[in-house]
Amino acid sequence: MIRDLVFYLTGWLPEPLQIFVWVMFKIVAILVPLMLCVAYFTFAERKLIGYMQLRVGPNRVGPRGWLQPVADAFKLLMKEIIVPSRANRHLFLFAPALSLGPALAAWAVMPFTDHLVLADIDASLLYVLALTSMGVYGVIVAGWASNSKYAFLGAMRSAAQIVAYEIAMGFALVGVLMVAGSLNLREIVLGQEGSFLSWYWLPLFPLFIVYFISGVAETNRAPFDVAEGESEIVAGFHVEYSGMTFAVFFLAEYANMILIAALTVVMFLGGWLPPVDVAPFNWVPGLMWFGLKTSLVAFLFLWFRATFPRYRYDQIMRLGWKVLIPVTLVWIFVVGIGKFYTPFAGFFS
Amino acid sequence: MAEIRNYTMNFGPQHPAAHGVLRIIMEMDGEVIERCDPHIGLLHRGTEKLAESKPYNQSIGYMDRLDYVSMMCNEHAYVMAIEQLLGVTPPIRAQYIRVLFDEITRILNHCMWLGAHALDIGAMTVFLYAFREREDLMDCYEAVSGARMHATYYRPGGVYRDLPDRMPQYARSERFNDARMKQRNADREGSLLDFIEAFTERFPGYVDEYETLLSDNRIWKQRTVDIGVVSPERAKALGFTGPMLRGSGVEWDLRKTRPYEAYDRIEFDIPVGTNGDSYDRYLVRVEEMRQANRIIRQCIDWLRENPGPVMIDDHKLAPPSREQMKGDMESLIHHFKLFTEGYCVPAGETYAAIEHPKGEFGIYLVSDGANKPFRVKIRAPGFAHLAALDEMSRGHMLADMVAIIGTQDIVFGEIDR
Repeated sequence: MIRDLVFYLTGWLPEPLQIFVWVMFKIVAILVPLMLCVAYFTFAERKLIGYMQLRVGPNRVGPRGWLQPVADAFKLLMKEIIVPSRANRHLFLFAPALSLGPALAAWAVMPFTDHLVLADIDASLLYVLALTSMGVYGVIVAGWASNSKYAFLGAMRSAAQIVAYEIAMGFALVGVLMVAGSLNLREIVLGQEGSFLSWYWLPLFPLFIVYFISGVAETNRAPFDVAEGESEIVAGFHVEYSGMTFAVFFLAEYANMILIAALTVVMFLGGWLPPVDVAPFNWVPGLMWFGLKTSLVAFLFLWFRATFPRYRYDQIMRLGWKVLIPVTLVWIFVVGIGKFYTPFAGFFS
Repeated sequence: MAEIRNYTMNFGPQHPAAHGVLRIIMEMDGEVIERCDPHIGLLHRGTEKLAESKPYNQSIGYMDRLDYVSMMCNEHAYVMAIEQLLGVTPPIRAQYIRVLFDEITRILNHCMWLGAHALDIGAMTVFLYAFREREDLMDCYEAVSGARMHATYYRPGGVYRDLPDRMPQYARSERFNDARMKQRNADREGSLLDFIEAFTERFPGYVDEYETLLSDNRIWKQRTVDIGVVSPERAKALGFTGPMLRGSGVEWDLRKTRPYEAYDRIEFDIPVGTNGDSYDRYLVRVEEMRQANRIIRQCIDWLRENPGPVMIDDHKLAPPSREQMKGDMESLIHHFKLFTEGYCVPAGETYAAIEHPKGEFGIYLVSDGANKPFRVKIRAPGFAHLAALDEMSRGHMLADMVAIIGTQDIVFGEIDR
């Protein structure tokens, strides 16, 4: 319907351009709400952590502080972008884009509801995995191009950390794909139809936990924020960035957090499906359920940040290699054997 | 393959974990610290020299500014040194008030330390929790001296004035309704002692909160256990004092070993560690907060029942009351002489040390019989601790450096003086 409207309004254009306009329209339709979510996620973070810490959080700009994200964005836009004189100028400016791009592109395959998917491709799980791994290049390039020891240390930490956690994350997803029998995110959600007991968090409980922990580590959030390491290497890889270049890193981090939360929901918590398929619950539109679940998972990111001390770099590696990866490997075997060689196949599908 | 070389890294003086203006040049092998060289002096204000150029009683305010998170304890050592030279003893009530405020200061200092240490290791929330308690204690400072931090409350011969009978209350504000105002002023209806007593009743619960967040937290333990280990022998050799020494298992506390003021009449325990690592020092300091709470309660009980003077009655040393001044010529002269040229202290030298929250804080005072000290030497505990930074951090990782600075409880006001 919207498609017809767009094509009708652009009827005076040649057809390839019409398709181009339609594609752009779809991108905007996803990115604008996403960016709004990111902006207000930062606000939610400051408010929630404020309340957890006996403070009130921002409450000066606009009614009850609701314009704070706008003010922040405006401030960062106005600030000078300083490029250190010994930095590699091109890479330095390219790195933030390299960081934000994948964080946004991954949303293309996100099934918001049964029908609301921009690109319903077959191997969307692989696509997501590939893109979330791409983000680390932005961090590494930023750390390298800054020509600063602090930034470089941050980048090296980030690189090592992401290699370790990417593996754990990948294995966790292998479990999902074994149970769902599909690489398509929409079909993964459809495979979880039923009540909240048939969502994949139950048969894949260890993988669910590992996936979420790896997700926190992957987004460089507390307690795994050694790449930024506020009190050690000051701001890590983005220590030399200012103004809008910094803001882009910031956006990427928060977009990634929401992405990880959404992916956790899609793969383990039934996506847009209501928790129980009975009267008052299935009246609520799927998009609402999706948003609600994503917010709950995203809230955990904030809760972690207010609660935990930071790991040391080598401890993160130990946790990744010696705990998370073995756990996923074992559970993949359990799932495989359970599904194909025992009478409990129903539990694992 | 090319030979891999160590590199140097500059830590501070503008660094969020440098606790002020510490600058460390670190020689690193990857993330591992091979050697570190702390640079000091960026906050040097010449306190000792300033004190030597002023009458004795005019330097008390400088002492507050040495270790600016445990203000009254610094004053205490200085005032005690003057009293030793003068050969006067403050009235017993003043001694109890000093003990009370020394322990309040200990809690103030340890709250600051706990918050900053936890923040350095990444646990943000403890910091803000600890500052909630500091706020109440600073109100106590304000109630007795008029200043939240730099009190200048202890004077040679006693304390500036007796504890107030009325605790200041919050004024009405449009941001709070009546019920909320009543709640805010709930503990402030009575005297200062009532306010402090109410604090001591809720404080153990607050310490439990900190411990819930940290003590059994696996990450916290991974970050502090076996970090910056100091053996008891080394701790003594390096001149450690206070919790740094007790964390290594040496039971040495001036309040017990050389009791001053009223400490010999008060019951309290001295916690000691076993391993000498950062976690032990953390536990020692947390227990010290609980013990300080216990001491405060004993002081409150004593102070309630024993009114009396809080200043010696010698107007050559202590100012006469305003009332006397208005009607009595001699008192007016005393006041004038005291506040213009001070008093002359008999020639001699002395060393007065107290158990400061950070360790042994001492003042070595030499008098040549004039109204100004001939020499003031400040023995700051943090200086000796910082000197051991290299030894404590060698072989640890960069992130541990931050934990070690935190566990040393360094404040640059006293190190640089």
